[in-house]
Amino acid sequence: MNAETLIILLYVLVLASFVGFELIAKVPPTLHTPLMSGSNAISGITIVGAIVAAGPAGLPVSKILGIAALFLATLNVVGGYAVTDRMLRMFKKKK
Amino acid sequence: MDLKLIIQVSYLLASILFIVGIKMLGKTATARRGNILSAVAMLIAVLATLLDSQVLSFTEIFITILIGSAVGTYAAQKIKMTQMPEMVGILNGFGGASSVLVAISEYWKQAHNSGLTMDAIVAVTVVLSVIIGSITFTGSMVAFGKLRGLINGHAIVFKGQHLINAMILLIILVLSVLVVINPNIEVWMMGILFLGLLLGVLVVIPIGGADMPVVISLLNSYSGVAACTTGFVLNNQVLIIAGALVGTSGIILTQIMCKAMNRSLANVLMGGFGQTVGTSSTSGEDIVVKDIGVEETAMLFDSASSVIIVPGYGMAVAQAQHVVRELTDLLEKKNISVKFAIHPVAGRMPGHMNVLLAEANIPYDKLIEMDDINDEFANTDIALIIGANDVVNPAAHTNPQSPIFGMPVLNVDNARTVIVCKRSMNAGYAGIENELFGYPNCLMLFGDAKSTMAKVVGELKEL
Repeated sequence: MNAETLIILLYVLVLASFVGFELIAKVPPTLHTPLMSGSNAISGITIVGAIVAAGPAGLPVSKILGIAALFLATLNVVGGYAVTDRMLRMFKKKK
Repeated sequence: MDLKLIIQVSYLLASILFIVGIKMLGKTATARRGNILSAVAMLIAVLATLLDSQVLSFTEIFITILIGSAVGTYAAQKIKMTQMPEMVGILNGFGGASSVLVAISEYWKQAHNSGLTMDAIVAVTVVLSVIIGSITFTGSMVAFGKLRGLINGHAIVFKGQHLINAMILLIILVLSVLVVINPNIEVWMMGILFLGLLLGVLVVIPIGGADMPVVISLLNSYSGVAACTTGFVLNNQVLIIAGALVGTSGIILTQIMCKAMNRSLANVLMGGFGQTVGTSSTSGEDIVVKDIGVEETAMLFDSASSVIIVPGYGMAVAQAQHVVRELTDLLEKKNISVKFAIHPVAGRMPGHMNVLLAEANIPYDKLIEMDDINDEFANTDIALIIGANDVVNPAAHTNPQSPIFGMPVLNVDNARTVIVCKRSMNAGYAGIENELFGYPNCLMLFGDAKSTMAKVVGELKEL
């Protein structure tokens, strides 16, 4: 990786962080738990890296690590979204 | 068609959907759709990645995803709402572990296969990813163990703790520099991994149960940062964007939780709160409390016109949310107004009480935040406190010696009558006496929250 790519990635990081701060700063307390479990599921985005790592044919060490990563990331993603959805289904306004 | 371009455009689309999704997650009316949108974004990112030319072993990948999804869905359906904090804790740990494994896998591939040269920038990002991911992993596992009761939930402190942590961090930094200079010596990398895992355990064990909202939020933030650093390792923007969103949301929640406890983040992380504050309890020894039975409680409710219920962790432990709802329905049928006052750190994770009460079908517009309801206590007949203690302790206003002095609390003592449902006179998490219990307008209703409230409901029905 050269310095130029790094700088571009840093731009992405900084801008995304600002967006994150703006979006989340005003979330009402009712939604704190779903926000946390929902964002927790998003952090399972490493699943993308895990798929690439688990990608190669054969069975090198790096692939075995990738498969393990993929399993954990899938749990994180699917479990996280499912439980968040289950929670949000319960949030009701007064009829 | 150019597959690479398709992948890149899909990642861009996924990033946009993640941002829109998390924005919608911030409003009660759109939250559910927001969550689904972000799940769609994840699906797009996954499908796009499968197009990658490096990905050849589809069978293994599909089987792994299938098993992971099945286990994840099953756990998500089975988990009790009172166990939400531990669910978030363990999933968080898995995310961290996954980031570590991806980084190590990439390291292994590069350090072995491509002629033993590794870019310095890549080496730095791999090292960062391993450090943050491993701390997230074991830290979350310890938090999970504490929440689940597998490990003593109290703060575990020992002499020289901070010194040991500082030493470990220093060694990690030295090893990191060594790895960046010469990435081919795996022992150093394994050393970083091992010490990172150890540090994760050591930084969470001194933090006590009631500080868990802060820890869970912070670990959540770490898992985002770990995903972010993995994005740098793989030169992948969608990981960086999604990771940054999670990282900032965790940080914001951490700040909110710290503010609600009037403590700095550093103070929480140093841990041991509640272990060293024995001095202030001496003044509270002469508290004389007044008992009340379920019958009298029911009669008091019957003659009231407004009630504010203050739930705490005790309600979650006793699983009393459903019977509390029955009580609410009954009181409303008698034309008594019922509201809930929610302290930001009630429970073991941010918003814990809101989820439990939602599960019991209590509409969320009945749950009022501390700042909005604090003035209402003065015009309220009964404040009913169920399993909360420190968050209603007036010492936070009146006693400068108290360790919780300055912490924002619910002004329940302003209500005409305060009824405290509590198992025993044991002090709260902070280990301090609650002078509220000795106030002339305060009545103690001893017993398990669930069975006691059930009895009150029974009495009320007969009135």
